[in-house]
Amino acid sequence: MLQTLLPILIFAALAVGAAGAVRRIRLWRQGRRTPMRWHRLVLMPKRYLNDLHHVVARDKAIAHTHVATAGGFVAAMALALVVHGFGWHNPILGGLLLAASLCMFIGALAVNRRRIDPPAKLSKGPWQRLSKSLLAYSVGMFLVSLPLVGVAPTLLGGGVLALILLALVAWGLAEMLIGMGWGGPMKHAFAGSFHLAFHRRPERFDDQHRDVAHDVHRGSRSTALFPLDLTAKTLGVEKPADFQWEQLLGFDACVQCGRCQSVCPAYAAGQPLNPKKLIQDMVVGMAGGSDARYAGSGYPGIEVGKHHGGPSDAIVPQLVEAQTLWACTTCRACVEECPMMIEHVDAIVDMRRFITLERGETPEKGAAAIDNLIATDNPGGLDNASRLDWAADLDIPRIQQRPEGVDVLLWLGDGAFDMRNQRTLRALVKILRAGGVDFAVLGDEERDSGDVARRLGDEATFQRLAERNIATLSRYRFQRIVTADPHSFHVLGREYGAFGGDYVVKHHSTFIAELFDAGRLSVKAAEPGETVTYHDPCYLGRYNGEFAAPRQVLAALGVEVAEMERSGYRSRCCGGGGGAALSDVPGKARIPDMRMEDVRETGATTVAVACPQCTAMLEGVVEPRPQVKDLAELVAAALVEPSAAPTARTSTEAPEEVPA
Amino acid sequence: MTQPERSRNAAGEARVVALVSSGRHPVSGRAGRAREDARAVEMGLALAGASLHLAHAGDAEDAALPEYLGMFHGLDGAGGPGELSLLPMAAGDDAVPLLATWLEAYGANLVLTGQRAECGEGSGLLPYLLAERLGWAVATGVAAIEHCEGDRITVLQALPQGQRRRLEVRLPCLLCVDGVAPMPRQSAFGPSRRGRVEAVTNVTAEPDTLQAAWQWQPARARPKRLKVVKSTNARDRFKAAAAKSAASGGQVLTDLSSDEAAQKLIDYLRAEKVLPAVQPGEEGQPSA
Ligand code: SF4
Ligand code: SF4
Repeated sequence: MLQTLLPILIFAALAVGAAGAVRRIRLWRQGRRTPMRWHRLVLMPKRYLNDLHHVVARDKAIAHTHVATAGGFVAAMALALVVHGFGWHNPILGGLLLAASLCMFIGALAVNRRRIDPPAKLSKGPWQRLSKSLLAYSVGMFLVSLPLVGVAPTLLGGGVLALILLALVAWGLAEMLIGMGWGGPMKHAFAGSFHLAFHRRPERFDDQHRDVAHDVHRGSRSTALFPLDLTAKTLGVEKPADFQWEQLLGFDACVQCGRCQSVCPAYAAGQPLNPKKLIQDMVVGMAGGSDARYAGSGYPGIEVGKHHGGPSDAIVPQLVEAQTLWACTTCRACVEECPMMIEHVDAIVDMRRFITLERGETPEKGAAAIDNLIATDNPGGLDNASRLDWAADLDIPRIQQRPEGVDVLLWLGDGAFDMRNQRTLRALVKILRAGGVDFAVLGDEERDSGDVARRLGDEATFQRLAERNIATLSRYRFQRIVTADPHSFHVLGREYGAFGGDYVVKHHSTFIAELFDAGRLSVKAAEPGETVTYHDPCYLGRYNGEFAAPRQVLAALGVEVAEMERSGYRSRCCGGGGGAALSDVPGKARIPDMRMEDVRETGATTVAVACPQCTAMLEGVVEPRPQVKDLAELVAAALVEPSAAPTARTSTEAPEEVPA
Repeated sequence: MTQPERSRNAAGEARVVALVSSGRHPVSGRAGRAREDARAVEMGLALAGASLHLAHAGDAEDAALPEYLGMFHGLDGAGGPGELSLLPMAAGDDAVPLLATWLEAYGANLVLTGQRAECGEGSGLLPYLLAERLGWAVATGVAAIEHCEGDRITVLQALPQGQRRRLEVRLPCLLCVDGVAPMPRQSAFGPSRRGRVEAVTNVTAEPDTLQAAWQWQPARARPKRLKVVKSTNARDRFKAAAAKSAASGGQVLTDLSSDEAAQKLIDYLRAEKVLPAVQPGEEGQPSA
């Protein structure tokens, strides 16, 4: 009986699953089409085993579980097809099939153990069922295959036991094959493999780099936002079908593991954002329906089950509330953690673009900042000519007076208008002079880099600013740009390229580290007993992979860094990126307060920062709290008067702590 | 109060036009939406939705025009692109006859605009001259439109220190919107790009001969005398600093006929030697 029923079961499941898969592919292809690159399919296995595994392996136990379960299943399925499907009853294959099922069974046991009391980040519902289905499949397949190696053949000859076994196998096949095609939890394997092959950011994978070690930090290989065609019919994403099809495919790959949710600062602060739910909502939108079947944590403060969507229905507010999109700080922590390499930030910015460019519903303060950027080139609406007021006594050379060119163009950023950040800039100028650096500034010809406008979705204003800045920069000669603002650093260094601006841009931490390396700075030893911790800015660390230089600088100062639990690529955002400080979506806690709590846990009395925005956010935390100092301030305070250092020009050392 | 597309001034329906000018940013001096004109457009959109029509007399290349058109979003109904009629004229031309001719041809009966342009002459006289020429009522300092029914419109007029006065005006009329009116909506790039600017060709601008005869000199900012209150009491000092100088020596006249009111004004202006003696004028004030 088994010999006749098994092949029928297997092929029926395959056929039904395949029909579902075709329907699923149609769902993805509702998105905006791009030229198909079929040859990328061959890259899939390596991307899966190599790149994806890199992320998964951050949690060793899960990685092993997944290898056992998935590896076991793929092998068991292939073998079952040959042995039971096509009826090639080879004892060796049978033995292999038993081994594969056993391997899968062991993995499935681990899955089930985790599911006894699942952590809050995991989804329940069908995902809870999947753990049982894995057991059913592996046990069923194991037992029906035993006769192949001559064990217990009589036992399975017929009767109730055989029926039970068949039912187990049928359950397993239904979950694994039919569910894969028809949107069950196993969909992730099917969508995930195509997603890896057709990923919108192929640079994230090793196969695009001849030198694999080229970028120490994989997460920052491709972080620039995609330029928006401003002549397109609609700007940004209004409905799911406006996404590029690869994006839809990517959403479908989500395994609802909740890693993104557990690192999201907005979620932790009780703001109505949960990256995992957002991705699931996109899936709901793509397939049509309501979010009532979602079995994980929702957006804090927003009830699950009240929203619905369809491929051609507007996303905001029926499916996702605007507040959810505006709460994101674009910190990229979710993208960094996602084992399926899903791009949450791209999706969020795409939807913000529609809200800002088509609906004109940017949150009030954000809209005011954009209006100011349009009218005055800086978000504060200040006179751009006052960009250098803080340096009135410093006699900083202007690049306009240096037609022969300079080594370093010092990019000030909008921190130049902020009294707190002016102290950092003065410290940086002092360091550059002590190191004998030949530098100059653009002065009032410098404009905002366009970072905030772009993250708020105003691509038009961003592109205008970018084009003007690039035109300005093309008139002067310099070797490299140095800036104390990671946002300018990122935008100038990685996003202007698409508009024809290619520069060598260095963050001041990198540049100061180089000065130390070259022996051009001399500092006195740090006071013993002071504990310092370092907060990695998102746009320096995760976005650009610079984790080492700031620590090098602190080491050069003789400071020992007490690392926070979440540091390096896992650093928690200060809450100030992506215009989130402007949209200021209410939550239960404030993100900077939570970050300051991380700082306190290290026992540090000082937190070293490397970004004007982080400085502002962290200093906004009520006292008493550890003091907040930019790296430049720490270095400038420790400088030994440059007795031997070669000075480029007669530098008048200005008193440092006086704000302009 | 939405209305079918392009319905000809049917009874009981307002055909709303907002006159917009080129604004100047107070810090950078860049062209953009003018503060009050943008509020006039906002008021028009709230009243007439997408059927609001914009008009501008001046330069077609002005950067401010797309910004006004960018406000055509969030409107119910079709929400088609904004439309702006451009009456081409040079800086030295007179906008009044141009606008008057066009407004009549268009069949407008409710015109919204700011009180004063942010560049150029900026005398704030255009609404009066236009209303005079058209024979319409004019209301200034409008902070809100309360309702509009038939040929009557009820508006709130802003007075100093947050006071409001309710006015009922008969259409056709011209409303000058004050800076205290509701904030204009964001100008969005998408709608601004789709908005249509149509140059009106069947009108010809005439040079402003009066203006040409004027003598120009740079304005001199006159220092204001401060009354220093030397009180040890912070409350008194604050009150003195915040108080608007109360008008003194005036008198409030009520229940006068418009002729009597005009006569009083003329008498006053004569007493102040603003007007020469003789000739009683006939300048009625339709605004209140
Ligand atoms: S988006 Fe990625 S990290 Fe988040 S739940 Fe899905 S698979 Fe996990
Ligand atoms: S980018 Fe940061 S704030 Fe935005 S969803 Fe991801 S983790 Fe949350």
